[in-house]
Amino acid sequence: MPPESPPVAAPAPAPSTPSPPHQPGLLELFLAFAKMSLAGFGGVLVWARRSIVEHHRWMTAEEFNETFALCHFLPGPNIVNLSVVFGARFRGVAGGLAAFAGLVGPPMVIATVLAALYARYGDIDVLGRTLAGVACAAVGLLFAVVLKMMMPLLQRRDVTGLVILAAVFVAIGLIRWPLQIVLLVAIPHSIAITILTRRMVKA
Amino acid sequence: MSPEPNPIAALLWTFGLMSLFAVGGANSAIPEMHRAAVDVHHWLTDKQFADVFAISQLSPGPNVLIVTLIGYSVAGVAGALAATVAMCGPTALLAYYVSRFLDRSRGARWPAIIQAALVPLSIGLMAASGLIVAQTSDQSWIAVLITIVAAALAFATRINPLWMLLAGGLLGFAGVI
Repeated sequence: MPPESPPVAAPAPAPSTPSPPHQPGLLELFLAFAKMSLAGFGGVLVWARRSIVEHHRWMTAEEFNETFALCHFLPGPNIVNLSVVFGARFRGVAGGLAAFAGLVGPPMVIATVLAALYARYGDIDVLGRTLAGVACAAVGLLFAVVLKMMMPLLQRRDVTGLVILAAVFVAIGLIRWPLQIVLLVAIPHSIAITILTRRMVKA
Repeated sequence: MSPEPNPIAALLWTFGLMSLFAVGGANSAIPEMHRAAVDVHHWLTDKQFADVFAISQLSPGPNVLIVTLIGYSVAGVAGALAATVAMCGPTALLAYYVSRFLDRSRGARWPAIIQAALVPLSIGLMAASGLIVAQTSDQSWIAVLITIVAAALAFATRINPLWMLLAGGLLGFAGVI
């Protein structure tokens, strides 16, 4: 028997009656988002999905995807947007604030403590070398995400998408132009190209 | 290094504005964070920026907490709070209002189009983020090798990324890099 399957109660004994979805309270929202946030090293999204869709069943997978797509297309930290939109859906503004506070509050305390430690001990040689090693690996993880996100573009042979991608990379990464200027030029162009190519595909 | 009149106001303005342009999440804004914190305001050195990036990746919670660390180094606890609220607040408000608007007008096709248009932009931004942090952290060929191995492992396997961060830290601790 594979070790990860417990002998008893393997499929969670879900209540078979699809009763009206349970409405989380403010404290419940705060605690749920605090938990997924503290579990999330290198990204909270996986844990958010697990908690919201699989554990609490507050949303179906489709609802979660739709909500996440919205939060991904808006600027800013996606998961932060998700917490606010999700909390507000159940409990209005207070719910949005509760979920946001849960997501950002506890990790922020940890980050502040780490920052204080770094301010005091950051000059120590061994600590500096250790962090440099972590940074090397962390950059690798970032490149892996970039590669994974590029695969659909490559598979679709989406040449315009790849050209836009490369142009942004050169402008920001190599020339180091300010983000605002690059995006104010790139976003309208990219939207126009997307609309044009969709029309051409339809025609 | 130049003492600014009000560092909290500078943090609020810098990150408040940045949050509205962080297309594709916090990691897409890293080039702009580096530009603002290292080149424009001289809040951090190149090395400190790489360290702060490493600490933020090691800590639990959303990646956006890198701004908490930058804020702390500028103005202590108040700075940490100001930077975090400035980076999260404006877009959270925007998300709240847009989601309410979309709930009332179902089936809008604009989100799909805009999202499709933004995907290549945010990938390009994240690639630039990788390059900028790599230029400050990958100072030896072994460091470059570690980055490549971590990228390959994370791309091809389902190993928990935390193990790779810890392995990188151990190699750094041992003085290999």
